[in-house]
Amino acid sequence: MKTGTDRVKRGMAEMQKGGVIMDVINAEQAKIAEEAGAVAVMALERVPSDIRAAGGVARMADPRIIEEVLNAVSIPVMAKARIGHIVEARVLEAMGVDYIDESEVLTPADEEYHLYKSDFTVPFVCGCRDLGEAARRIGEGASMLRTKGEPGTGNIVEAVRHMRKVNGQVRKVVGMNEDELMTEAKLLGAPFELLLEIKRLGRLPVVNFAAGGVATPADAALMMQLGADGVFVGSGIFKSENPALFAKAIVEATTHYQDYKLIAELSKNLGTPMKGIEISSLSPENRMQERGW
Amino acid sequence: MVKVGVLALQGAVREHIRSVEQCGAEGIAIKKVEQLKEVDGLILPGGESTAMRRLIDKYGFMEALKEFAAEGKPMFGTCAGLILLAKNLVGHEPHIGVMDITVERNSFGRQVDSFEADLAIKDVAESFPAVFIRAPHIVEAGAEVEILSKHNDRIVAAREGQFLGCSFHPELTDQHDITAYFVEMVKEAKAKQFA
Repeated sequence: MKTGTDRVKRGMAEMQKGGVIMDVINAEQAKIAEEAGAVAVMALERVPSDIRAAGGVARMADPRIIEEVLNAVSIPVMAKARIGHIVEARVLEAMGVDYIDESEVLTPADEEYHLYKSDFTVPFVCGCRDLGEAARRIGEGASMLRTKGEPGTGNIVEAVRHMRKVNGQVRKVVGMNEDELMTEAKLLGAPFELLLEIKRLGRLPVVNFAAGGVATPADAALMMQLGADGVFVGSGIFKSENPALFAKAIVEATTHYQDYKLIAELSKNLGTPMKGIEISSLSPENRMQERGW
Repeated sequence: MVKVGVLALQGAVREHIRSVEQCGAEGIAIKKVEQLKEVDGLILPGGESTAMRRLIDKYGFMEALKEFAAEGKPMFGTCAGLILLAKNLVGHEPHIGVMDITVERNSFGRQVDSFEADLAIKDVAESFPAVFIRAPHIVEAGAEVEILSKHNDRIVAAREGQFLGCSFHPELTDQHDITAYFVEMVKEAKAKQFA
């Protein structure tokens, strides 16, 4: 009997496919998310748009909040640790969190190195903007990927960019000959063996969700259409006018992402979505996606 | 060739379809209720049972799934799918409620306790790599239920006539014995129907 194997860690993410993972900051929100059909919740102290507004250093959530959420729902509970913060990650693992997001939404603890995630029994999800970044994270032991997008903006443009980029680069690798892959690995900064595996499988070896800017049911469906395996919604739900309604609508749009009549129906009378931010109005140092290496 | 549907509301759908195809049957992802009429057997995949239940209710699948069972067509539930099939759940109301078993959710603990183990499965395989992820187990089985496998004294695979269920995820491995066993169940049921 073996725990913490790649199959067990990656398999957990496979079970989340086609689903929506929602950011929550307390038990009440976690219950709304579960009731709406979320496949997991991400327990946080603040949603990304509030982290953005608050400024300062953003850290792992207060364990009391995480515990409250763990006790409130029967679906898996994820939580965020700072990039490279070994102890925050170990604390979350010790608390029995089901998945850790080594996240650029929090202020990085290490500006050079990410966590060596293979060392942990708990699985990790990490953000990526291109195949090089995706492959480096898998190389370190990430069992699930997500686009970085631009968190807390309610603007889907960056998530679209990252999903298209990764999938385009995967297609390129799959179409290349073996003798071209070493140079491609060098250019991407990706482990060579992983490119071989991607070529053999015809896809990434782990699931890749959309994250960072999903604000409406149509946004979620768009990301599924672009090849996302599922969707993370951060500020989009609990910063909207009617979270319960919004959460349900996003879940349904993710399941039936090609049923446009249905998406039209469930987009009616949702109230105001979260207020968005135009990306060009963010100075480079305020772009969370630039964090991580 | 028999047609095996995989309920495609959420979860590991693609893997099951690939496994069904490897076993020489046609695999169809079922997203709409009317598609159930096209298939001879149905797999309820692994995923999040609460999320699947919401979508089952939302799209009026519940009655159709019960009818599918009443017609005697084979159904196979893996992990979340096993939970959906069970007549009784510990601490929760049942879902489709057709297989005479009592199931406890997340009974091996949280994700850090998830594991893989080699199992002997009666009539299926002497050694099968079983992947348990936040898995349920069968606490109690009715008189007509045949126990196919146990892990640490807990029932993790069973069959009751047309129903087959397991706690683990055969779809995450490349060994297709249990899917092949189910495809045989589907073939037999179909042959009987036209006998």
